[in-house]
Amino acid sequence: MPDLITSGGAIRHDNWVVVPRPADGESLDVPDQPALIPADLWLAGKEHFDDRDDIGVWLDSHEEPEMLAGVVNELPVIAVNFPKFSDGRGYSIARILRERLHYRHELRAVGDVLLDQLQFMKRCGFDTFVLRADKDINKAARCLNFFTQGYQAATDTDVPLFRRRAS
Amino acid sequence: MYVYDEHDRQMAAERVAQFRDQTERALAGELREDEFLPLRLQNGLYVQRLAPMLRIAVPYGMLHSAQLRRLARITRDYDKGYAHFTTRQNVQLNWPAIEDVPDILAELAEVEMHANQTSGNCIRNTTTDQFSGVQADEITDPRPYCEIIRQWSTFHPEFAFLPRKFKVAVNASEHSDRAAIQVHDIGLQMVRNDKGELGFRVHVGGGLGRTPMVGPVIREFLPELDLLTYLEAVLRVYNRYGRRDNKFKARIKILVKALTPDGFAAKVEEEWSHIKDSPTRLTEEAVSQFKGYFTEPDYQQVPDVADTLASQRFEKREFDQWITHNVDTHKKPGYAIVSLTMKKTGTPPGDVSDRQLEQIADLADRYSFGEVRVTHQQNVVLADVRKDELFELWQAITPMGFGTANLNTLTDVICCPGGDYCALANAKSIPVAESIQRQFDDMDYLYDIGNIDLNISGCMNACGHHHVGNIGVLGVDKKGQEFYQISLGGSSHHDAAIGKILGPSFARDDMPAVIQKIINVYVDNRTEEEPFLDTYRRIGIEPFKERVYA
Repeated sequence: MPDLITSGGAIRHDNWVVVPRPADGESLDVPDQPALIPADLWLAGKEHFDDRDDIGVWLDSHEEPEMLAGVVNELPVIAVNFPKFSDGRGYSIARILRERLHYRHELRAVGDVLLDQLQFMKRCGFDTFVLRADKDINKAARCLNFFTQGYQAATDTDVPLFRRRAS
Repeated sequence: MYVYDEHDRQMAAERVAQFRDQTERALAGELREDEFLPLRLQNGLYVQRLAPMLRIAVPYGMLHSAQLRRLARITRDYDKGYAHFTTRQNVQLNWPAIEDVPDILAELAEVEMHANQTSGNCIRNTTTDQFSGVQADEITDPRPYCEIIRQWSTFHPEFAFLPRKFKVAVNASEHSDRAAIQVHDIGLQMVRNDKGELGFRVHVGGGLGRTPMVGPVIREFLPELDLLTYLEAVLRVYNRYGRRDNKFKARIKILVKALTPDGFAAKVEEEWSHIKDSPTRLTEEAVSQFKGYFTEPDYQQVPDVADTLASQRFEKREFDQWITHNVDTHKKPGYAIVSLTMKKTGTPPGDVSDRQLEQIADLADRYSFGEVRVTHQQNVVLADVRKDELFELWQAITPMGFGTANLNTLTDVICCPGGDYCALANAKSIPVAESIQRQFDDMDYLYDIGNIDLNISGCMNACGHHHVGNIGVLGVDKKGQEFYQISLGGSSHHDAAIGKILGPSFARDDMPAVIQKIINVYVDNRTEEEPFLDTYRRIGIEPFKERVYA
């Protein structure tokens, strides 16, 4: 895995790998290193991974995060895949994981992750980002902080601007 | 009207800086065209047939005179000295240079304007009735709620990449709908329940375009303070489940239809049950703060001028007609609502020069507390004119070209920019509007045939709202030739309906004669006082077909 950027703007070396969904008829090949496997496959056989603390899951944009209800906090990392940057479903998935399922550990954006979407992702609860390889990670910190505040409540704040103004 | 505080000002400035940075990276080749596309669209910047086009937001149609003067200056400094009022209460520049757009946005931000989310697959500018706050039959002034929605939807982190564009409209009048809410993705009708509490009837899934639909009601009564949490639930269901595989099936109306309105409503209620008490729920205090921006202006005791007005109307027939057509009843006895028509024959509907923008600003300052409203019919409203100044105002606007007394008549055409400007268009629309205006240039005849909505779009995207015109005209391309298809019986009002296609399309030169035949069928069949739409509904489409295709 390449370096990743954190929501705080730090660049961090990283060795987690995203394990793709196996083709029909093939079995899941879990490497001997920190790995993110398809969430439904982890759910189907999670007892096999009880002895490992370096197994996380990934969700594709069409998948339902609700499948992880009740067990999310067993996972050290959940990744959400953006197949195309213009596919906005991952933002809703992130907020549901954080705000409804109360996921507390690392939430990572993977796939077609570009610079100009980072602040939206951060506001929806992502805390690490694996940028698409051709994007300049040194510009990420600036793009994470174009705005010093937002109008809405989201995962990052409980207080929408209309409540801040009223207080 | 709403005034920015330090938070709004800061975010507006940060937005300009962000777009400057994005534009520089795009021009330097660091952003691919497909990556820059949604970013520039969400800042209102299209690339058009001849030049870029910048769509500037006019939140729910409200502008004050300083903003009009700034728009005038921008059209002079960065464009060709004119602008265009759109069919969604916004303003467009047709000829800006891409590299100038960050500077234009900075100039706009100085007068509390922006181009946020005027395009792209996001929540667009919220629209409402141009008579908000000044009409007598209003449940309450809808503008504070429009501003609440504007702020909630601005840079919403979850909903910047929806399957498709998303438009919200609010109406608060009990008896009329000037905001066409039933053909919006979400239409909010303000209502009071049995207990007298304020709330919204929620329509979802209306729209025009390729698959025109009247939006079904998915909630009869949504309490006022639940507005934003419920909108968030609707948007989340749409964001998650709206189709993304086919651009033409991606609007929320397709999802509502696929799930059925009841099925869709159930999904929204389920989602809402999780978030209805979240911090996004409005507070009484917040709503009253927003209402504080939309208080009444300093209305004066205006002397009763009924006699003077009556004699002025008697002496000047044109003034009398202007009062009849372009002036509406105000909730305050001494005041009137005046619509300035931007529909002078020979000028593209909605187009205004820099000088005219300044004239409108001067008129607003002199006659209407410095404010105007832009209408989705592409006209401009002075909402608070003293009755004892109506005659003077009429004399002032007549030479400016704003006094054409054709409001809501056949020649008050709604018309998109069409093939003269727009890259999406299949056909030109402006010349069709003009040729019909010329055909119906006899004002007495025009008044005799009464109020008729004639809406013209240059393509299926329906910016000219042709589906909901009493007479709708759609430009189509047939083997490289421009043709025009006619539909009849549409309405964007309380009795919203999608028009029915009359039959095969016509060449442009035939259009005035075809419209004339349609009007002749109406005149031959109407009962006394019966408007066009009612006659159509009574006799059906066949008599029109027979005459037009005879």
